Amino acid sequence: MNDKPIIRIKNAVKTFGTVQALRGVDLEIKHGEVVLIIGPSGSGKSTLLRSVNRLETLTKGEIWVDEDSVTNKDSDIRKIREEVGMVFQSFNLFSHLNVLENITMAPLTVKNVSKQEAAETARKLLKRVGLADKETAYPSQLSGGQQQRVAIARSLAMNPRVMLFDEPTSALDPEMIKEVLDVMLDLAKEGMTMMVVSHEMGFARAAADRVIFMDEGLIVEEGTPGDIFSNPQEPRTKRFLEHIL
Amino acid sequence: MAEIKSSRIEISDGALIPDKGEHSLFSAWRLAFFGAIAVLVLLPVLFPDPYLDIIKFIPDGILKTFEVTVLSIIFALIIGLFTGLGRISRITFINRLATIYVEVVRGIPLLVQLFYIYYALGKMVQLPRLTSAVVAMSFCYGAYLGEIFRAGLQAIPKGQMEAALALGLSRSQAIRKIILPQTFKVIMPPVGNEFIALLKDSSLVSILAVSDLLRRGREFASTSFRYFETYTVIALVYLVITLFLSKLVALMEERMQHHER
Ligand SMILES: Nc1ncnc2c1ncn2[C@@H]1O[C@H](COP(=O)(O)OP(=O)(O)OP(=O)(O)O)[C@@H](O)[C@H]1O
Ligand SMILES: [Mg+2]
Repeated sequence: MNDKPIIRIKNAVKTFGTVQALRGVDLEIKHGEVVLIIGPSGSGKSTLLRSVNRLETLTKGEIWVDEDSVTNKDSDIRKIREEVGMVFQSFNLFSHLNVLENITMAPLTVKNVSKQEAAETARKLLKRVGLADKETAYPSQLSGGQQQRVAIARSLAMNPRVMLFDEPTSALDPEMIKEVLDVMLDLAKEGMTMMVVSHEMGFARAAADRVIFMDEGLIVEEGTPGDIFSNPQEPRTKRFLEHIL
Repeated sequence: MAEIKSSRIEISDGALIPDKGEHSLFSAWRLAFFGAIAVLVLLPVLFPDPYLDIIKFIPDGILKTFEVTVLSIIFALIIGLFTGLGRISRITFINRLATIYVEVVRGIPLLVQLFYIYYALGKMVQLPRLTSAVVAMSFCYGAYLGEIFRAGLQAIPKGQMEAALALGLSRSQAIRKIILPQTFKVIMPPVGNEFIALLKDSSLVSILAVSDLLRRGREFASTSFRYFETYTVIALVYLVITLFLSKLVALMEERMQHHER
């Protein structure tokens, strides 16, 4: 981990009609840092994450990935998105493409790589997520845990510098959660910068450098996993943790 | 027209008889289809005069009917694709344009559109009869297919587009590579139904003296004065064709449901 921030979020405000999803969030994430975001439903966790690759456009405030402004309308958002991978709660694999095609689609479309090269990378990634034998399967033939691992491989194929995870295991049956978390844990160990919305305490303790508690569109409290889980300061954090532990 | 529920399309118009629940030997479809064929075979055998002559006279018309139908559906699909994309476009001008087209076409009877293109616009550019017929049919069905495309496009879960964008694809790349291929699959059955509806409506072009199935019948009847016999055969031939196609569409739907989870 080096000390220069790779993501900088300044006074992020997002309103949907009358709903204030984000009410002024400031956050910096360093290279190689793994940040876990927790908080009650509707507290703005997804909105914050989705603002980083501009799936949501902020109402106010600024976000940078390295030197590139995400919020500036004139910046090339597609270039930034290549650098920022995202994994969704519902996997969102392309249902008409098989596993290998899911992974090679973006590199082939967006980057100038050859078919061979893309397939090679994809196979390496599939091996890494433990699905080397599934390259010709279609998403509907895979379990949720397998689909999510393919989704992670698909993101990694673009060789991103940051990965965003929005509740990657909450749509999974309990017995499949571990296989996905293990892949994420490896990624964290290899030094990937990660922003993870999740309530998986085990993962947090094993991999997170920092835990952020959000409520009502604001960061209420942050600290190391030990600080937040064992010794929360804010009453709202305490109440929330009692609720989920 | 078609309404979308989740990723499947409900049909409230078009093929009626094929019923997936009915597999018995005496299903309504079988009775109607094989009954019609039996009558079509028996009549010329039992009463060669005039039925054999009628049967010999109309095949050209069947071919013409298919020609009009196939040409029209091809152009209607192209128009429908762009109309559907226009209907979900975020560009207000394009969106309005597509919507107005759909509303205008849906508000004018097809027969009036045929007259308009052949006779009214004919004052400016006189198109050949067959061309006029195909233009009118494509223009009309393009609007209906546009609505099917729109519904199909909207049936694709939002996450598909988001995942594609998050990977760095542009919107148009995402539409071409991710959204449209899935849309084509979903809209196959309703497009099949529109094909059948178009085939039936193509009988209207006989008004422009395009010698389709109905027109051939009319020609035969008006020289032989065998109106009852001729139109009985014409009706049965339409029935056999549409029942056959309805069955195909029903099978296609069934297969699709097996494939999806
Ligand atoms: N597209 C949208 N349109 C309208 N309101 C929205 C939209 N997206 C989010 N919101 C609202 O913004 C607020 C924050 O939503 P967000 O999804 O960021 O919460 P969250 O912390 O991720 O919740 P959860 O744990 O349920 O996923 C909620 O009140 C939500 O209803
Ligand atoms: Mg959320």
